[in-house]
Amino acid sequence: MRIALLVPLLSIAMVGCAASSSDNEVQSSSVETGKKERIRFSDNPYPSTYKPYPSTATVITGATVYDGEGGRIDGGVVFLSGGKIVSVGGPDTAIPGDATVLDGTGKYITPGIIDVHSHLGNYPSPSVDAVSDGNEVTGPVTPDVWAEHGVWPQDPGFSRALANGGVTSLQILPGSANLFGGRSVTLKNVPARTTQAMKFPDAPYGLKMACGENPKRVYGSRRQKPGSRMGNLALNRQTWAKAVEYKRRWDKYADEGGSAPARNIGMDTLKAALEGKIKIHNHCYRADEMATVIDMAKEFGYTVSAFHHAVESYKIADLLRDNGICSAMWADWWGFKLEAYDGIPENAALVENAGACAIIHSDDEDQIQRLNQEAAKALADGRRMGLDISDATAIQWITYNAAKALGIEERTGSLKAGKMADVVLWNGNPLSVYSRPEKVWVDGALLYDANDPVRRPVSDFELGQPGEGDVK
Amino acid sequence: MKKYLLATLALMAAPASAETVAITGGKVVIGDGSAPIENGTVVLRDGKVVAAGSGVSIPADARTVDATGRWVTPGIFAGFSRVGLSEIGGVSQTNDTSGGSSAYNASIDVVPAINPKASAIAVNRTAGVTRAVVAPSTGQNIFAGFGAIIDLGQDYEAVTKARAFQFVEFGESGAAEAGGSRSALYAEFRSMLAEAARYARAPASYDSDILTRSDAKALQDVINGRVRLIVHVERASDILQLIKLGREYPRIKLVMAGVSEGWLVADKIAASGIPVIASALNDLPESFESIAATQSNIGRMKRAGVNVAIGMINDWDQTQLRYSTQYAGNLVAIGKIPGASGLSWDEAFAAITSGPAKTLGIDGRIGSLRPGRVGDVVIWDGDPLELSSAPVMVMIDGVQQSLDNRQARLRERYRTPQEGALPKAYER
Repeated sequence: MRIALLVPLLSIAMVGCAASSSDNEVQSSSVETGKKERIRFSDNPYPSTYKPYPSTATVITGATVYDGEGGRIDGGVVFLSGGKIVSVGGPDTAIPGDATVLDGTGKYITPGIIDVHSHLGNYPSPSVDAVSDGNEVTGPVTPDVWAEHGVWPQDPGFSRALANGGVTSLQILPGSANLFGGRSVTLKNVPARTTQAMKFPDAPYGLKMACGENPKRVYGSRRQKPGSRMGNLALNRQTWAKAVEYKRRWDKYADEGGSAPARNIGMDTLKAALEGKIKIHNHCYRADEMATVIDMAKEFGYTVSAFHHAVESYKIADLLRDNGICSAMWADWWGFKLEAYDGIPENAALVENAGACAIIHSDDEDQIQRLNQEAAKALADGRRMGLDISDATAIQWITYNAAKALGIEERTGSLKAGKMADVVLWNGNPLSVYSRPEKVWVDGALLYDANDPVRRPVSDFELGQPGEGDVK
Repeated sequence: MKKYLLATLALMAAPASAETVAITGGKVVIGDGSAPIENGTVVLRDGKVVAAGSGVSIPADARTVDATGRWVTPGIFAGFSRVGLSEIGGVSQTNDTSGGSSAYNASIDVVPAINPKASAIAVNRTAGVTRAVVAPSTGQNIFAGFGAIIDLGQDYEAVTKARAFQFVEFGESGAAEAGGSRSALYAEFRSMLAEAARYARAPASYDSDILTRSDAKALQDVINGRVRLIVHVERASDILQLIKLGREYPRIKLVMAGVSEGWLVADKIAASGIPVIASALNDLPESFESIAATQSNIGRMKRAGVNVAIGMINDWDQTQLRYSTQYAGNLVAIGKIPGASGLSWDEAFAAITSGPAKTLGIDGRIGSLRPGRVGDVVIWDGDPLELSSAPVMVMIDGVQQSLDNRQARLRERYRTPQEGALPKAYER
């Protein structure tokens, strides 16, 4: 009876009831489930080994707090303990006696900044071929590749994003050369020896897809499909049709047993996407193409979490709202290619104004260091055209909304009791060009302190080099 | 909403020719590194600045613009760009930044390629950028050709100074252009200059396998110092080598661009007297020649006495010169971080106005509101380096400019995304 109910939602792991992320024992042998044997395998073979670093109970008082969900508290009190946010309140909030108290007067507190679109680690610094691992440009359909297998944890960019940008979580995506670029990975921005030790525990995976110019240019120039936007869609649909069939075979096997279908690593990812377990992040600039993708998703039964680089979202903000799809946008990039020609700086504000989900993303090792500034510009441009958007909402674009698109909004992305203590103390209003992070906590651990050179990460790559440990 | 209306009015009122204007009551920034002046007046006549500051008398025939509560500054001067050389960088037919496979290199001149109607000109003008250094990119050898100084005005007369400089790639890019090594680059540079000198001695009989006649001719003004040579260089050791090379060619007027590791050898740069147009916020080892990059670079060079300004080499240099103000603001911000070196606000603003002009020796003509400079004035609704601020009026050569552009038109068309009685194509 359980099977009959759950078949449409079953994942590979659930076939054997194995391997949740917290119980990731690899199981590849056949075991008894009822009367039928089932092949089982882990859906999480490269699990997060991230462990929060030790933290000190800390209270910050007297600061302006943007809570990440559109709220603002003046003279706020934020209490972090045990790696969690314990309380967030106004000036009258009780201050526990056994905590370190920081005077936040004149300063600002936000949740840790989240970048929903980064290539740190897979297009790292230095930008040389030897570490350019973000695109598997050997074929347009590569859902079998995983970004985490190409992420170099020694990319110095992680430390800049932390220190200058207050970024505490970020999604590393495969590039956009391919229609199906592969699996993304969400990381905690904590320096580590391995990428697995940066993985955000239990974060859903993402699937990177790409519309438009890039896939058709990369493969069309090789006289290979896709050489046009028509080819893009044809190959997308062909692939999804295969994925639906793959899922059907595995569901049937789960239900009825018999001989196990052949496993296909790429199809595993698409099957999980069809089941809603993997979030779809679709690089797509043009309004008309986004609309097509929305219907393709309906055709095959999946949902798009966010359109990325959605420079034309403002043209279809109503459609995006009605379909519950976030737009991940730059504040003002435009014009570097034809599908970016109609980018306008009011894009994010217009999306917000329509009631759709707006996110400011970077896709860039420099702008990830100032997503707060990018949000500030997008806010100012919206206000200048007469839209009424609060400062706190602009902060939501780079915190809670990004977390929502990643499926981690219950854990981080806003300053709510019980959530991860991913917090930035800014030395001024983060929407001002003159402000910088003063302290950054990840899971309550103080990992950056502008006043303490010891709390400034230096990657292996930079060790022993000119400028090692410098302010950057 | 009020601000939006003001901007619209400014747009509609734009006259075609230079007028006598007195801008009164604003916070006036001269742009030469001096402190802002409260309640100052700026007077323009015949397209030039007559006077700016406090106690400035207002000519009887002047149109008066009330700038009370606003900031009045010189227009932003983009210290390194490729604006106007492309409509869309990724559409090769519109992209004239590089000669590509052309046989011509040093003799390339950007002027005929500059399109004053390129969308990026209007977009950046709307953001207060009024002048720009426009450089070509390299094609077949280390010399890219002649760059120009342009204005971002709405007319077709964009060029302020043609052949303002020659541009050459050193470091990793130059090494690649020269065949594969820095040593080859130095050999190429020296032999090309030797060929150019040979051309100068006997132009009629000149024939060379390594430098075309036209390129040899083009390099004459570089060799004799009539045209500056902007050299892209990043690594500290490359900077020092360039300083040495400069001593071999004492008549060449060098300017360095990029210079991410300049702070490591800031005293030597200062002693050389070579001006620097530096990237403001490069702080990653994006290449092996910028291992020590830090946002403190400009501040540290400034403290060491280097003549340094902000430019945007290879950084959205075709589309986003409007980042200049944000970058300058960031250099003010890092001044507050212990161990970092930033710029004061006055220095930061100068680094995007008179600063670039000074590195190119044209600060007597553009880049500030000192008397006699071109009448490029921007009235802002707030601190021009702050993210929330924008121009409400832009004047170039004393002519009030349109603040309209494609982006503004798209914004208005899609103010509400839904169609009305007719398709969107009818809304304009």
